[in-house]
Amino acid sequence: MLAIFGISSYALFGQLLIGLINGSFYALLSLGLAVIFGMLNVINFTHGAQYMMGAFAAYLMLQYLGFDYWVALVTVPFLIAAIGILIERLFLQHIRNLDHVYGLILTFGLALIIEGLFRNEFGSSGKPYQVPAVLQGGSNLGFMFLPNYRAWVIGFSLVVCFATWFAIERTRLGSYLRAATENPTLVRAFGINVPRMVTLTYGFGVGLAALAGVMAAPIYNVSPQMGSDLIIVVFAVVVIGGMGSILGAILTGFALGVIEGLTKVFFPEASSTVIFVIMAIVLLIRPAGLFGRIA
Amino acid sequence: MPEASALLAVADLQAWYGESHILHGVSFEVRAGEVVTLLGRNGAGKTTTLRSIMGMVGQRTGSVRFAGRELIRLSSDKIARAGIAICPEERGIFASLDVRENLLLPPRLRSGGLDLDGIFALFPNLRERLTSQGTKLSGGEQQMLAIARILRTGARLLLLDEPTEGLAPVIVQQIGRTVGALKAQGFTILLVEQNFNFAATIADRYYVMEHGRVVDHFPTAALTANMGKLQEYLGV
Repeated sequence: MLAIFGISSYALFGQLLIGLINGSFYALLSLGLAVIFGMLNVINFTHGAQYMMGAFAAYLMLQYLGFDYWVALVTVPFLIAAIGILIERLFLQHIRNLDHVYGLILTFGLALIIEGLFRNEFGSSGKPYQVPAVLQGGSNLGFMFLPNYRAWVIGFSLVVCFATWFAIERTRLGSYLRAATENPTLVRAFGINVPRMVTLTYGFGVGLAALAGVMAAPIYNVSPQMGSDLIIVVFAVVVIGGMGSILGAILTGFALGVIEGLTKVFFPEASSTVIFVIMAIVLLIRPAGLFGRIA
Repeated sequence: MPEASALLAVADLQAWYGESHILHGVSFEVRAGEVVTLLGRNGAGKTTTLRSIMGMVGQRTGSVRFAGRELIRLSSDKIARAGIAICPEERGIFASLDVRENLLLPPRLRSGGLDLDGIFALFPNLRERLTSQGTKLSGGEQQMLAIARILRTGARLLLLDEPTEGLAPVIVQQIGRTVGALKAQGFTILLVEQNFNFAATIADRYYVMEHGRVVDHFPTAALTANMGKLQEYLGV
């Protein structure tokens, strides 16, 4: 067996893999937060609850309707996005011109309500979700064992992150989004229906959270608090990367997942705090975040 | 002037920014194919008049009729679709878009807009700068980009807010020739201008604004006769 610094390669690469898996979820979630913040100026604290709803929707579809993982992966993001669009139309559009604090309190309150409802209905114990049949098992790479499902999660989230980045930075629709982030009044005066774009953007960000939720179901237990466990770290990721930066959200998400994983190998005591330590340092040196623009 | 001949007829237009009442009943009209200039001191309400026509202010009342259609209750995206486009005072070039994206941002809403070749014929500099970041252009180039991008949309009425502000005389001349060329191509133009000498070279008629109202108007032919009065209005 290979060994580096007295640590077996299986332990090292195993933690690196867990880091990449966590990083995939950090990236998907902070990407959604960044997209929403850029367009709506709302810090979406409901994001963790929407991720949890995605996982639960997949679980419930399998339990009661018999729809498997692949059906859930395609339909659940749209379903939860539709609920998100309802939230935007009912609540968020009315606070658009107010201070950030209002959006924060509103979305935080919604998160508490949603989590409370799920805990009331399903209890707080985790529910297992089977890895889909075609992705069961794994392969021994010699220096580590790679479960197929985890390889799929990392690969697929990279694809989704890249596609989102491409759509925003390189397409015509993306140029509308970027322009409306800078000056919504003028973009609207060019004949573009900016309020509808804002609503759909929120739906898209929420859909990304739900997609992450479906992908997480076979890895973590499906439970009402799975979102709030994760979202605190994700907010730290967003602060480190810089609010509103698409590329920053993706790169920081993966990088911090890996850093967290490596810390588990070399200094396990710090593994649960390392991200927050990095956040504190970044805030001291670059208050706008590593990729952020100073507003 | 019979109202039927006016492409744009503004009547008793009032506008507010939050609590501030800026326009107190503005009335004027612009006929198809004309270049009409709003003159007035800083704070007279010229920019707010353009923004109110476009629906970009908080609250407005009165009447804005364009091609016979009332626009006062429409949102600004619908007003744009009716065939009006604005080139704002601050130019509004987007920093996160390159020149090509800035140029292509306003969608084609109606037929009859210029194609890219037509635009590059008017603004040859832009062709070389297509991949530059929008805000890396010089002030004059940014102004040309801001005008160029609204020519594609098919809008018939262009609202130009101080297109010569802060630009070198040679650029001002170039913009003057461009506005003249646009007029020759059949565009109707409502211009806000502090630079009276510039306005005098291209405008058909003038309205003078003071304290959120139109207080006077005259055609270019009567310019010399009204010069004394005008200098008093403008405080020059």
